[in-house]
Amino acid sequence: MSCRSLSRTALIAMAIVLYCHTPLHAQTVDAPAGLSGKLLLTGGVTQVEGSAGGGLTPWAVIGGYGSEDQIGANAYYTRVDVSDYGLDSYGVLVGFYDRFEISLARQRFDTQRIGAALGLGSGFEFEQDIVGLKWRVAGDAVVEQDSWLPQISIGLQHKRNKQGDIVRAVGAQDSSGTDVYISATKLYLAQSLLLNGTLRFTKANQMGILGFGGDRRDSYRAQLEMSAAYLLSRQLAIGAEYRSKPNNLGIADEDDWWDVFLAWAPNKHVSMTLAYVDLGNIVIADDQTGYYFSLQGGF
Amino acid sequence: MTLRLICCLCFFLAAPLSAENSVPDPAPAHPELRPVLDDFGGMPGLTALMDTFMEIMLEDPRLRPFFEHTENDRIKRQLAEQFCVILGGDCVYTGRDMVESHNGSIIDRADFNALVEDLQIAMDRHNIPFRSQNKLLAILAPMHREVITPKAE
Ligand code: HEM
Repeated sequence: MSCRSLSRTALIAMAIVLYCHTPLHAQTVDAPAGLSGKLLLTGGVTQVEGSAGGGLTPWAVIGGYGSEDQIGANAYYTRVDVSDYGLDSYGVLVGFYDRFEISLARQRFDTQRIGAALGLGSGFEFEQDIVGLKWRVAGDAVVEQDSWLPQISIGLQHKRNKQGDIVRAVGAQDSSGTDVYISATKLYLAQSLLLNGTLRFTKANQMGILGFGGDRRDSYRAQLEMSAAYLLSRQLAIGAEYRSKPNNLGIADEDDWWDVFLAWAPNKHVSMTLAYVDLGNIVIADDQTGYYFSLQGGF
Repeated sequence: MTLRLICCLCFFLAAPLSAENSVPDPAPAHPELRPVLDDFGGMPGLTALMDTFMEIMLEDPRLRPFFEHTENDRIKRQLAEQFCVILGGDCVYTGRDMVESHNGSIIDRADFNALVEDLQIAMDRHNIPFRSQNKLLAILAPMHREVITPKAE
């Protein structure tokens, strides 16, 4: 069982959060000089593949609270529970000078009872590791309020699935693959609204959980991902996301994903995201809806 | 293909940014924001807000160094005037432009954000609606170009 290592990760994440949460100064200031120079929530949260963004999709923001001359970092743990499956994802990211981001993430996808139906065994798990890189190439999502230019970043996510034999048996062509994306993010302060659009070039089946490329199609496809967040206060945002997906495997149709979320950052060291997600069909199981919970700690 | 597209995009986007000559107006009037000024309590509200704002900055180790030896009564008055004009009030801004006001200090992006944070805290304490806060901040944010010290290349 993976429960032990999972709860260990969660504990480490909690420890980081608690450590960072020790009161730094009166209620006014939650960042010491020289650290965490970004404004609250402007580094986004960590998406399910480990990059800074919303819940499902990377944004052009650089993760962590480091501003132009600073380094920021955080760790996250995310649990997605839908009708027939569970997904755990955790990892770390470091943002350098609000310019460059590097992230490491692990995903563990629990097939629960469907595993038995597929002949893999009940509770069979797919696991993959993801290395992400992101580079801010233009713009500033927050301060350029009189310009239409959004913040633009390009990034990649290199993924290695550890169940190579099985993903190939279902029709995937590869057990590893690299997604490349370009994201544009802009905060419309006068409207208290943040918008993001991401164009991702990918061969991944269900993010890579079912490998890369397929019997139906084995080429890179452009996918559109969109997020909108409305800021209710400095600490609180609500929003929705949509992520289109390719459809490479003959054995099962792959649906687009969407969610509605609530993100809360009481201070710069911790944030929590709660969402309702609809992942559509995932291998013989339709209508995979459920909740998404993510905890993040850092500076 | 993608790379070429990105290059073209950057080139295209960079063009309008280079057209900049005189120092921008430190207090551009936005008559349409008059209702926001009401949320701030007019000039009396702004004057009270600046007392709180300056108090918070002087307690903040990140900002105290900038304001411990300045004429803060004057700065507070000028800030209130500036915000009043921006929010469409019948006021006159009598201070200096944003370059002249700030070229005596070395100010980076983290300092800028710290000041915005303290202003947000002050506005929260004065119960100014979050949406109205953001409408003011949307006008102030682009002033980072004059306020933040340019990096020596
Ligand atoms: C959009 C943001 C800002 C606005 C609208 C603003 C506005 C002003 C105004 C109206 C004055 C008085 C002008 C005058 O003396 O005639 C002033 C002075 C000053 N500001 Fe700012 N400011 C901003 C950001 C900052 C930041 C980020 C810092 C430093 C962290 C800063 C530090 C100062 C100092 C030290 C003075 C006094 C200068 C002196 O009297 O020699 N300001 N500012």
